[in-house]
Amino acid sequence: MNAPLTSPLAGGFADPARDAAHAFRAVLDAMARPGRIHAVSGGAAPGLSAAAATVLLTLTDATTALHLAGALDNDALRRWIAFHTGAPLAAAADAGFALGRWPDLQPVTRFRIGEPAFPDRSATLIVEVERLEPDGPRLTGPGIRDTARLSLPETAAFRANRALFPLGFDIILTCGDRLAALPRSTIVEDC
Amino acid sequence: MSQTEATARRRDWMSLLARAPAARLAALAPDLPTHELLRAPEIGAVMLEGRIGGTGSRFNLGEMTVTRCSVRLGDAVGHACVQGRDRDHARRAAVLDALLQGEQAGRIEARVIAPLRAEAQARRGARAEKAAATRVEFFTMMRGEDQ
Amino acid sequence: MYVAVKGGERAIDAAHAWLAEERRGDPAIPELTVAQIREQMALAVNRVMAEGSLYDPDLAALAIKQARGDLIEAVFLIRAYRTTLPRFGASRPVDTAAMAVDRRVSATFKDLPGGQVLGPTFDYTHRLLDFALMAESEVPPAPTAAAAAEPVPHVTGLLDRDGLIEAEPPGEDAPADLTRTPLELPADRALRLQALTRGDEGFVLSLAYSTQRGYGRTHAFVGELRIGRVAVEVELPELGFAVEIGEVELTECETVNQFKGSKTEPPQFTRGYGLVMGQSERKAISMSLVDRALRWQELGEDFTGAPAQDQEFVLSHCDNVQATGFLEHIKLPHYVDFQSELELVRRLRAEATALREAAE
Repeated sequence: MNAPLTSPLAGGFADPARDAAHAFRAVLDAMARPGRIHAVSGGAAPGLSAAAATVLLTLTDATTALHLAGALDNDALRRWIAFHTGAPLAAAADAGFALGRWPDLQPVTRFRIGEPAFPDRSATLIVEVERLEPDGPRLTGPGIRDTARLSLPETAAFRANRALFPLGFDIILTCGDRLAALPRSTIVEDC
Repeated sequence: MSQTEATARRRDWMSLLARAPAARLAALAPDLPTHELLRAPEIGAVMLEGRIGGTGSRFNLGEMTVTRCSVRLGDAVGHACVQGRDRDHARRAAVLDALLQGEQAGRIEARVIAPLRAEAQARRGARAEKAAATRVEFFTMMRGEDQ
Repeated sequence: MYVAVKGGERAIDAAHAWLAEERRGDPAIPELTVAQIREQMALAVNRVMAEGSLYDPDLAALAIKQARGDLIEAVFLIRAYRTTLPRFGASRPVDTAAMAVDRRVSATFKDLPGGQVLGPTFDYTHRLLDFALMAESEVPPAPTAAAAAEPVPHVTGLLDRDGLIEAEPPGEDAPADLTRTPLELPADRALRLQALTRGDEGFVLSLAYSTQRGYGRTHAFVGELRIGRVAVEVELPELGFAVEIGEVELTECETVNQFKGSKTEPPQFTRGYGLVMGQSERKAISMSLVDRALRWQELGEDFTGAPAQDQEFVLSHCDNVQATGFLEHIKLPHYVDFQSELELVRRLRAEATALREAAE
């Protein structure tokens, strides 16, 4: 876990352009290779994993509406987000990004899945998980040579999301300083 | 001092620090005390907005370059957002914003803010005086209805 | 036979090196500095800022230097640069009524509060080449006069008080931004103004001229034209209040247009609006004429088929970076496309010959 932060103003990138470029590359690789786990660093926010803080610094700004779910919707984190990213906070249905633990994000059908003409107008869910390991449900699909495994919180919601393709939301799982991604194109099976 | 008054004063000095020519600010406040960077000077853009007809609905006019910076100095946190792409300008303005919240406020006000205010007024006044010299004075020769 | 080939890297490198040399020109002549361009080619700098849609005189001057004075190429460079900048937010709408005016004229009222202020204009010059500028010389200081401290009120406010001109009530909805969301038609007035203010000056000028010559006539008078500096205020989220972070030079034009009334609107004057970065008078007047022409539908006027009334035509063609990108790409290799055209023409010729021979 992170050491408690003294101020919501600390915890930004030390070298914004370079740090953001490295983290962006990691998120891009994670989306391109679903299930593969990447380490990232640079961000530190009150009550968040380093990976989630880094993803927020990298992907959100004043033009991306962010939804905070459950216990993460707290004053310290709101102030940190206002200072470091400027992302406006929004209701689930209006958000481009959502951040929370998996139970707090339910029901995930609230989130935007895009429109047939603009499938990109969909939400990316940043999910804080207790455990992130290459085991559990089997993943197949674009970006996976044969199969991959990832410790997902469940499978039914991801199967339902895959059925909406090319619409649907995308997932980034964060734990400590590591992250993995589950784009809408991945097929998830119990095993 | 009330909260509104304190906010008004801070708005005033932040604006003078932001609008000062960077070289002039550096000359007035050459040495900066040790400070911690909360947000390193960062160059970006702000979308300028106008209003249709000057008073109506908002529209986007185009962007403007800005540089922002935030520092911690003891207990005070200083912020700056300045026009242009001068990182030193933003950093110096943020440090001075922090200093102006502390015990040295009087000294900084006298040595930096007061000269900047006078110079800003002089710059504005000089243009206004040139504009006033190009104001047309109409001479009405004769008007029928005045007879 | 044409085939796709790789290569040309060495030729491209040599072309770039020669380009750099040509840009510099005769090394016996002193090199231009960016500051010289910024100060002495200020109206070119203004145009590059307006059409590049980024207010930064130093960058615009640099772009002009790099582009060898090709202003559309310079606009392209600025547009490319601005995509690399993080967007920190939006300013409060600028208050042009509080503008520190360098110039302010009205074609509709002679005597008006604040007066007619000519400013540094070309209008009354004789357009004779000034050969004295061939040599370097000192410029005598311009005269000064006592200035009033109050801001200069908008002329349209005078008509507005009497209800003779359509009202322009404030709106607070965040405007759509064509740099973030692809343009969808029909576009509202805010989006049209964004497209026009960054549009090509020559294109907007020609369209405006076409309305004066009868293609979507709007009977425009320049109610007011003002040039000067306005403060830029930005809300800083970490502070919770807005701070003036700088100032920009803008040109604003408001036209007053004759209007006989329609099924939905009473007879009154209507307005066209132009607001452009820098001292850009021709562009601001043109913008306000085209803005007014595009408003035919909301005012219940007839569509006469004039290009300036057709928003799809205007908005799809006013951007010179888009236009030049598509136009100039046709000079780049199309070897494979052309190969298929060539084969088609040969086949058609062969068929035509065969038909003719069969007929004989």
